[in-house]
Order: sequence, then C-alpha cells, then structure tokens
Amino acid sequence: MAQTTAQTTHTGEGETRRDFIYLLAAGTGAVGAACAVWPFIHSMNPAADTLALASIDVDLSPIQVGQAITVTWRGKPVFIRRRTEEEIAAARAVNEAELIDPQPDTARVIEGKDEWLVLVGVCTHLGCVPLGQKTTESRGEFGGWFCPCHGSHYDTSGRIRKGPAPANLPVPEYAFTSDTTIRIG
Amino acid sequence: MAHAPTSEFKNPVINWIDQRLPVFTMLNKEYGVFPTPRNFNYFWNFGALAMVILAVMIVSGIVLAMNYTAHTAYAFDSVERIMRDVNFGWLIRYLHMNGAHMFFFVVYIHIFRGFLYGSYKTPRELLWMLGVVIFLLMMATAFMGYVLPWGQMSFWGATVITNLFSAVPVFGDEIVTLLWGGFSVDNPTLNRFFALHYLLPFVIVAVVFLHVAALHITGSNNPLGIEPKGPQDTLPFHPYYTTKDMFGMGLFLIFFAAFVFFAPNALGHPDNYIPADPLVTPALIVPEWYFLPFYAILRAVTFNIGLPFSDVILIDAKLGGVIAMFGSILIWFLMPWLDKSPVRSYKFRPIYRWWIWLLPLSFFMLLYAGAKPAEGWYVLLGQAGTVLYFLWFLALPIISRIERPLPLPASISQPVLGGGRLAATGAAAKPMEKA
Amino acid sequence: MMRRLRKSIAGGLAAGLLSAVALLGATGAQAAGGGPVPPSQEWSHGGVNSFLSMFKTYDRAELQRGFQIYKESCSACHGMRHLSYRNLEALGFSEEEVKAIAGQYEVAALDDAGEPITRPAIPADRFKEPFANKKAAAAANNGKAPPDLSLIVKARPHNEDYIYALLTGYVDPPEGVQVPDGSYYNAYYPGHIIAMAQPIYPDGITFADGTPATVEQQARDVTAFLAWAAEPHLETRREIGVMVILFLIFFTGVLYAAKRRLWADVH
Repeated sequence: MAQTTAQTTHTGEGETRRDFIYLLAAGTGAVGAACAVWPFIHSMNPAADTLALASIDVDLSPIQVGQAITVTWRGKPVFIRRRTEEEIAAARAVNEAELIDPQPDTARVIEGKDEWLVLVGVCTHLGCVPLGQKTTESRGEFGGWFCPCHGSHYDTSGRIRKGPAPANLPVPEYAFTSDTTIRIG
Repeated sequence: MAHAPTSEFKNPVINWIDQRLPVFTMLNKEYGVFPTPRNFNYFWNFGALAMVILAVMIVSGIVLAMNYTAHTAYAFDSVERIMRDVNFGWLIRYLHMNGAHMFFFVVYIHIFRGFLYGSYKTPRELLWMLGVVIFLLMMATAFMGYVLPWGQMSFWGATVITNLFSAVPVFGDEIVTLLWGGFSVDNPTLNRFFALHYLLPFVIVAVVFLHVAALHITGSNNPLGIEPKGPQDTLPFHPYYTTKDMFGMGLFLIFFAAFVFFAPNALGHPDNYIPADPLVTPALIVPEWYFLPFYAILRAVTFNIGLPFSDVILIDAKLGGVIAMFGSILIWFLMPWLDKSPVRSYKFRPIYRWWIWLLPLSFFMLLYAGAKPAEGWYVLLGQAGTVLYFLWFLALPIISRIERPLPLPASISQPVLGGGRLAATGAAAKPMEKA
Repeated sequence: MMRRLRKSIAGGLAAGLLSAVALLGATGAQAAGGGPVPPSQEWSHGGVNSFLSMFKTYDRAELQRGFQIYKESCSACHGMRHLSYRNLEALGFSEEEVKAIAGQYEVAALDDAGEPITRPAIPADRFKEPFANKKAAAAANNGKAPPDLSLIVKARPHNEDYIYALLTGYVDPPEGVQVPDGSYYNAYYPGHIIAMAQPIYPDGITFADGTPATVEQQARDVTAFLAWAAEPHLETRREIGVMVILFLIFFTGVLYAAKRRLWADVH
C-alpha cells in the first residue's frame, strides 16, 4: 500500500536509537499497566471489616460427654465434640503409618483438654459438610464423620480414613479463655 | 467482509486464526494501515481519550458493583465500606467518581472540535448523530450513577430530574409514577437505576463501535476540512497516531491522577456525603458541573407561553423549561442541515470563525448561572445565555448563507509542507492563536 | 515546524482555558451553599482536598487529642457510625490499647436463649451510637437529631475550615438579633441560629500529653480527628499519588520522545 512505502522511505539513520525509545515506551507502558491491574484484583480479596470479624467466643458448658455442637465461624461450620473415653482411645490406637494424612490425635487437641475436639466442618474433598454431629446421623465406618457427597469417612479425631478426601478435617486456631469457653480465631 | 482474507502474518498462530476469523486483518485495516489525514492537531486526541475513560469507567464500575448494595437502607453504607474497608476501594471509587467528570470534560472538547471544524457536514452526518446519541446515553448513565451512593444530592437530584417528566401533557403523573415504581423516589427507583446504570455503558460501547465504524467509512475530518487527495495527504494510523494518542493519553492521565489522588472531592458536592433524607431538602440543589448549562436552560423558562392577547396558555413554564432543555441537545442533531456552508473548517469561514466562540460563551454563561440560586440577576444571566445559545443555532442558516468562504488550499500536504502559494491563505490558516 | 508547535501550544491553551473556566464554575457550585465563608486555616495534614499538600501527613498526637475530645465532649450526642474501634490503631494506639478502649463500651447482643443482653465491645464493633435510633436522637434534642460525625468534614463546604470556624464561632449575637430559647448564636453557622450549645470550653478537658486545652487548640485537634475519620486513607492516597504522577511524567516524556522521533520525518 501507498502508506507502507511512505513509511519505508522515512526510515533511515538512527535506527537503533529509535528502536530503543520505542522499546522503552512499550516497556514502561507494560509495567504501568501491570501495576494498574493490582488494585482491581486486590479489591476482591477480603476487606478490612471481613478480616476483623475473624474471632468468636463459644461457651462449652452445655455440651454433655458424647455430644457435639456446630457454630458458624468465618461463614463456615465449626464442629465442637466432647468425646467419650472410648472415642479418645479409638483415635489414639491407630497406627499412624496407615493414615492417608498422618497426624497423631494429640496434635489435634489442646493438651489436658483431650475430650474437646474442634474442627472446621468442611470436607477436604469438595467442600460439603459431613454428617455425624447428631448421634442419629451416620458417622461412617470409623465413628467420626461421614461425608455423604462422595463417601469420605473421618475418624473420632477428624482424620480422613477412607474415601476421596485428601486431608484431615482442619483444626482452626483456638484457645481456652476459661475452663468452659474457647475463642476461635 | 465477504472477500477472501489475503493477509499473511508472520506468527503462524495469528495466521491460523486470521484465515478462519479475520480479526487481525480487520484490526490491521482499521487501526494499522488505516489512512489518516496527516495534519491533525491535538484536538483530534480527544476521541481516543474518551475511549480510554470509557474503559476506565467500565472496569472500575464492575469492581465497585461487586461491593455495592442497591438498597436504600444499605447503599450509602456500602459505598462507605468501599471507601474504608475494601482493599484499594477508595482508589477505585475516586477513579469512578472523578472519571465521570473527566469523561464529560473530554467529550465536551471532542464535541466542540466537531463544531469548530465542521465534522458534522456531509458525508459525516450519521457519524455526528451517533455521537449525539452517545452523549445522550452518557447523560442518562451519569445521572443514574449519581443516584447510587444515596446521598442527599443523589436523592434530591433524582427527585427533581424525574419530576421533569410530570411536565408531559396528560400522562405526566403516570409517567413519573412509572419511573419511580412508587409514589416517590425510593427503593424500587434505586434498584432500577442500578440495573440501568450497569447496562447503559455497554450500550454506549455498542454505539461507540457504530460511531467508529461510520468514521472508518468516511475517514476522519481534519483541521483544514478538505478531503485527502492521495497518499501524500495521509499517514498510516499506526504508528503515527497510535503514538500521538498515547502521548496525549499520558498528559491526560496526569491531569486525571492529580484530581483522584490529591483533590478527589474538589468537583463533587459535599451534600452527597450526607445520607439521603426524604424529609429534608438541601438549601440548594445543584447537579454536577457538566449538567449545569442544561439545568440553567431548564430554569430559564420562568413564564407561560400563551396565545397573544388572550389568557390561553399553550405551554406552561414547567413544560417550556423541559422542552427547552431537551431541545438544547436535540438541536445538535440538526447541525448538518442548519449549517449551509460548503466549507467545513472555521479557518476558511470569515464570519463563522467569530460566531463559533459565542457557543462556548453561552455554555459558560449557562454553566455559571446553573450553579447559582435561581434568584436576582442569575435568572437574567440564565435567560440571556439560553437566548444566545438558541440564537446561535437558529441564525446559523442565515450566517452560513451570507458568508463568503476564503479559498481552500489545494490539498492537505501543501500547507503542511509550506510554500509561497500559501501566502494568500496564510492569514486564514493561523487563527488558533486567538484561542 | 515552528508553526506546528505554535498551533499545538495554542490548542493546548484553548483546552486549558476551557478546563479552567469549567473548574471555576464547578467550585462556584460547591461554594454556593450559602453562609459566611470561614477563614482558611493551616492544617498539619494540609486539608482533605488539597492539590498542594502531597507530602503532608496527619499528626498522630493531634489525632489522639482529637479523639479524646470527641469521646469526652461530642460522643454524648454525636455518633460516628462508619468507624470501628479497630480503626483507632491508625491513630497510633496499640492493639491492646484499642481493646481496652472498646471494652469501655457495652453493646447490645443476644444470649443463647435469644434474650437481649449487653456485652463489652470488641475492636471489630462500630463506635457505640449515643441514641437507639434517629427518632430517639431527635426526641432528645428538641426535634433535630445531631448529625453523625464520621463524614462531617467532607459533608460541609470548606471542609476543615468550616468545622474549626463553627467550633470557635460562638459569639454574642449582634444587637437586635433575637436568639430563641434552646438555640445559640454562631458566627459561621448558615443562618447563625444553631441548636448545638457551645461544645468546648477553655480547660474543659485535660489532655493526657499536657497540651494546654484552649478553645482554639481543642477545635483544631478535634477537627483534625474528624478529618481523619472522614478520609482515613489520605496518607496512602497521597503516597500512591506521588508515585503514580512521577511514573506518568516519565512515561509521558518517553512517549513524547518516541512521538517526536517518529514524526520528525513527516514534518
């Protein structure tokens, strides 16, 4: 085309300096654009008020041995179960090497408070809420929890024993603020 | 585009795609080698700038919508949450807020460019009219967007502007009730405004696409207003005008950033930081600056228009104001036919080159009057501005007929390259200094 | 070449002129709220809407004094519902101090039986409101609810200057002006008759840092605090702004050089 010829006749001396200034312009523009994208992406991360609501207090006194309650924390269910002696014993009798996600029961409870098991009640497979909080619900082959979505079985320490889930039910960060209250988060 | 694609691209992936869907051929044709007059001045940067802001507004708007709640009880607080708690929320909100001001600022200059250089004249009438449609859509979008933060000015602005439609004869009240979805501006109104505010920008994108398509059929106008006569008069759009547009964009972004980062509320109204209260009207309801001229025209009609020598009222003051206000923009559609001159650029039009400045003069008179209370001499100023504004358009057919244009240069490349033959038109070719 | 440059400059000037007039009109719109124009003050943070204060920051000691004034002199009537106690960390308080401040307030909650109770506030809670709702606020204040203060600096024309002028503007009414019972005369309030009694008095407060508590000092400190409350991200905004503008100047310079080189052959 005619324009192309016009362009080629205009090119001449100073090729490298010209190339440099174009590269610099394009490079600066690319850096600027990349930086400008970040605020828009980061705005979708949790906001300051969401992060601030990260901890809750739970009163444990009404829970009887063998019972469990569910509380909501950060929009997710948290299972709190007061385990029986047998359940604790069952959780500790397991050979760790056989576990899918090896972890001793003692690492999943607070020392001296072994009867209290606190778990984020979200199946590590695809995010369903497992059954087993009520004694009438199926607790799976290992007496803990059973996820009805894809058949993951958790034991009385909340560890994955059978099924597609890759990891144990996570233990949230929590601490006892008195003998009968805990603060989660 | 039924022709077989013939382009050969070096990159095999691009080639593969292009042979099946010739987007790259099209891009190259419309934005690569597209022949563009070589004599643009910086007025021609503003179309590209408007596109840049449209993109900024859409991107920031989508992210804002992710955190906004369109409910009268939560809207104000959700905006404040964006300003305080959402990561970079203040930045995105200030970008969007000041972006609206910038959008109108840039588009006003873009429109004025059209008036100066006769860009509305044949064969570009449809291109111009599509531009007026974009401007109307922008006004609607900006108005509805301003309601969303649900501050005092949001609420009362919405009340006043929607009430304009009650001036419509016979069905006025029914139309207003329909607009509101109730008996006052309330939650249904806010909800529909949010829905439409999210929709209209994409309609604008579509009309911008048509605007550009029409532009690429006729080619760009230029400061001399004469058609390119051959390749010596044009340059390929890329890299010449892409680079120049980028440079202009850099300058503009500095201007934009100064507002966003240092005085983000300088152009806004403090009352909009007070939550909407349907029981308390602010002392003075003023729209944003870009609507002030039209608002002043609305208020300028303070009298009924009736049959002479009788008590019959044909148009009452309220309806008269509404007609004048909408008419002040709709009259732009008629520009291609109001201006009878065969010459486009004001540079070669001895009367028009003076006449044209009365348009911004009336615009700024109206802008000033619109910002002030409707009392005392402000009313007179608004009325004078309104008369001048409409007179400007209505006298144009006469002016353009009696005017004897100066001789046009033979081609674009001649005055650019300079030469003795231009001495005669030299005087006409440098009027920009008077700006 | 020269002519081209002249043309460009003229074009730039035209655009500049248009913008200047437009801006004038717009600021005219802002100032058109009525009422006396408050004298402009020097602010340590330079004001929330200032083009020329890009390196100024809030004075933390001033903000802490301002918060103390808000707490002791304003909060009985004026809420700040957009602020949470956690925000006070930005004033230079530690996490523990913020917990202690929050703990001084009792907020409504429900017990496990669903009965309404109160509990001590935590940092995530919003500032406690002085009244249960707007109607209660109005009823307790002669029919007019005291405005929320979280955005007051941005919600008034002349921003900080107005708040300062109002707080220091309680003077004797001029001859012949009747001030109704339960109202007061203020030199800078639009209309001059204000329902709020003079809120600050000399030595009406004892600052923890020993600053003498004159009316001017208190008005300045509390205004600075309210400016921070209205625009908490002011400092980040300016920091990022300076970087962005420096970057843009460099980028535009490079683009100008590229454009000049490219167009050199055309002219």
